[in-house]
Amino acid sequence: MSEHLPVIVVLAPLFGAVIVGFFGSRDRRLCFPIALTALALSFICSIGVVHHVATVGAWDYFVGGWESPHGVGIQLRADGVNSLLLLAIAVVALLALVYSIRQDGEKDAEKSPFFYVLFLLLCVGLFGITITGDAFNVYVLIEITALTSYGLVAMGSSRRSRVAAFQYLVIGTVGASFYLIGVGYLYLAVGSLNMADIRAILAANPEIANSRIVGTALVFILLGVWTKMSLFPLHGWLPNAYSYCPSGSANLMAPLVTKVSVYVMIRILFSVFGLGVITENPGWSELVVLIAVGSIVAGSVMALTQREIKKMLCCLIVAEVGYMVGGTWLGDAGRWGLTGSMYHILADAMMTSCLFLAAGVFAKQFGATRLEHLSGLFRRSPWVAGAFTLGGLAMIGVPPMCGFFSKFYLIRGAIESGHWLYIVALLGSSLVNAILFFRIFEIAYFGEVPESSEPFEPSEGEGATPRRYAVWRTAPLLIAAALTLLLGIFNRPVIDLIRGTVVENTGIVSMEE
Amino acid sequence: MQKLFATIAVIITGAILLNAVEDFPRFGDPHSPPNSGVSGGSVSSSVHYLQNTYLDTRVPNVVTAVLADYRGYDTLFETAVILTAGIAVFAILRVVRREDEEESAGSEEKACSGEFSTSDSDGEGRHRVVVGTTCRVVVPLAQLFGFYIIAHGHPSPGGGFQGGVVLGTSFILIALAAGLGSALGRLREDMYLRLACLGVFIYAGIGLLSLFFRRNFLDYGALSGLLQTGGEEMARSHGIFGVELGVAMTVTTVMFALFANLSTRGELKGGL
Amino acid sequence: MMEWMKTTIVPHFNFWIYVVIMMLGLWAAIGKNNLIKKLIGLSIFQTAILLLYVSMGVKEGASIPIVDETMGEAAVDFMAQGGGGAGATAFPINPDLFANPLPHVLMLTAIVVGVATLGVALALCQVIFRDFGTLEEPEILNQIKTIQDDV
Repeated sequence: MSEHLPVIVVLAPLFGAVIVGFFGSRDRRLCFPIALTALALSFICSIGVVHHVATVGAWDYFVGGWESPHGVGIQLRADGVNSLLLLAIAVVALLALVYSIRQDGEKDAEKSPFFYVLFLLLCVGLFGITITGDAFNVYVLIEITALTSYGLVAMGSSRRSRVAAFQYLVIGTVGASFYLIGVGYLYLAVGSLNMADIRAILAANPEIANSRIVGTALVFILLGVWTKMSLFPLHGWLPNAYSYCPSGSANLMAPLVTKVSVYVMIRILFSVFGLGVITENPGWSELVVLIAVGSIVAGSVMALTQREIKKMLCCLIVAEVGYMVGGTWLGDAGRWGLTGSMYHILADAMMTSCLFLAAGVFAKQFGATRLEHLSGLFRRSPWVAGAFTLGGLAMIGVPPMCGFFSKFYLIRGAIESGHWLYIVALLGSSLVNAILFFRIFEIAYFGEVPESSEPFEPSEGEGATPRRYAVWRTAPLLIAAALTLLLGIFNRPVIDLIRGTVVENTGIVSMEE
Repeated sequence: MQKLFATIAVIITGAILLNAVEDFPRFGDPHSPPNSGVSGGSVSSSVHYLQNTYLDTRVPNVVTAVLADYRGYDTLFETAVILTAGIAVFAILRVVRREDEEESAGSEEKACSGEFSTSDSDGEGRHRVVVGTTCRVVVPLAQLFGFYIIAHGHPSPGGGFQGGVVLGTSFILIALAAGLGSALGRLREDMYLRLACLGVFIYAGIGLLSLFFRRNFLDYGALSGLLQTGGEEMARSHGIFGVELGVAMTVTTVMFALFANLSTRGELKGGL
Repeated sequence: MMEWMKTTIVPHFNFWIYVVIMMLGLWAAIGKNNLIKKLIGLSIFQTAILLLYVSMGVKEGASIPIVDETMGEAAVDFMAQGGGGAGATAFPINPDLFANPLPHVLMLTAIVVGVATLGVALALCQVIFRDFGTLEEPEILNQIKTIQDDV
């Protein structure tokens, strides 16, 4: 069985979803254990994949056994770029699942089996996008991810959830269709859908590689992926969609869906078109870095104006996406910008997971949805406040948290390529993050505890949390905060694994620090 | 204002798309890159499919073979997309009633199930005579035709998706003719949700069986020992058929689920 | 002008048609205020992409991609000589006489995805109508602004 690990990572949640759908409506207590088993299996298999990539090298898996000629079947590929992301998805999904345990008697408990089905199918989509090596397969999996997200967002308890889901649906479908048009143009020029095959054909035929079809294909693929990752100015759907969805699904979608779209962009540039697109077209590189800077500024400014915790975190996601897009398109010769972006995908997934879990705990246990409600948090629950502090420090970029190292590598790449505006934006947004989070720390540590210190009973929403479920909700938060710290302390092995693939594929001379 | 923004966006997008039109291959060119491949890469997959499908799988219809065997991984997720649509519509729209109301609703449904009764709760007796009689003739033929399309996916155009839609339509015809209650009596809500999940399970399960024979996922040739066929080609043909059955099951039930939920605004009572 | 039409439009008329249809759909999806009209625009937009892919696979004078042993003398001989089995050489047919099957396969997937998206979108429209009483986007946004914060 161990030679099939790449495909088991994707299949375990799929079987879990189908089994939950089949048996769940009869006995609701079965849903959670089945889902937990499925995601635990994916987690173990993704560890196996990372181990294989770290020790042996890239892993090619041909579904259906159609290995030759190349491109006849669908190929899965695990290398240094995506194996760590697989592991990160598995970890974040497990944490979100443990958080989202539903108790009976909650409103709409009859629909909870289908919440788990949609949750697991979303995980299938995310794993599938990360590990595939076929351009059209990415589209199908993007659509699974999107449809399950629309369903999960619409299950929120507020009336605004459905409107947010509808707006997300229209923009998301247009974005996915742009990606499809891009793949169509690429197929028209090249005649193949397999990523490695397209790369070989473009390398062997420079007149095709420089033709207008391929250029237009790249533009539309990028537009589609930017819509999906909510880069400014295509970010309009994100704050509403992630604020009004149930917290269980926000913890899964917010850290992962946008990051996986950033991975798709990196994969397309890295394995299909080749990084020459960035280095040989400095004009385009400048333009995209400018858009990224715009996204960083817009996200930070929007976050400053928000008084609701979840909306503030969503605006920060827009800024983080700007870091990653800018880092990828820096085009520096030592490829530190690209390495920083890939590391930042992992770091940001962990940080966002930690912060959204914290926001969920605030809402469920303290009824705190706005910044003012957090006063005296440290005295009420020091563990939760401590975990949130760790997440906040990571976002600001304080060593030894992971956020510091990703900013370090991104700035290093920017210095080598001379994009000073990007460096200014990065440092500026770190300052804005510091303002935002220290504002919260001040309220939490030095604010007055409100008089009624019983668990808050919100009038509308998901109901108060009885004591026995509080552990299930707080434990993932503490684990996420600890992982944020560990990812920063142990960043060397991670960076080495990423650099190994980057160097192998782009022929940089030395791996020296 | 919004229309102005839309016009500008559309003009810019259209211009970018049409900018490359001169480089496109001529319409109908049999030697364009998609049709014949480009030098520098491996053999064009389209040419490979046309020349090798019958040898590898004994399935004359190349589209079905490519859909269910060569690119079966994509089709698995496509079936999962349909399942997602059914589940999402249920999760979004379905108005779930408490248990005491459900009992009274259930008894009402039982009253109109069982046959094509021409009198309905709205009392439009005369309408239903024409539609009911026509459907009494058409529905069995439609279902037979649906099964024919599924089974004949191999030698002629057809397959799981197409046949599944026709089968789902037959249930919608029953609902149009004799009321949604009658159709639900034949395909209850918990049944159709379960059958939809079962369809995907069949598809992924057939692929998973190959793993137990130490071959890659969705390699139907590994099943030749299990199915007692002479060589791997017939095993692939049977594997494709099994997979299409799973797809048809999911498509049928989700088509009906979409109709039932959308036409009654989630309440599954009354309706068109 | 005629020259430009002959070289640009006539051999690529399928691309011009699909771009025009797609832009009509995109305009409706962005510019219209009614939610249902947006969905109709989205549907038109996705259908145009289907046209793009299917028109890519057309070959002049080709027939449908159904290939078996009845396809001509050489094929019958090939099968009679025990052709087939693992590792056989390719079937002796001329690929130019059969339409390209791959775009059809890809578009089966795209059609299904379009239907699924439309189903979920219509369900959302029904719930929005049940909650807000209207399907015009400006009115819905107005109503949202005036309700209290009910997160």
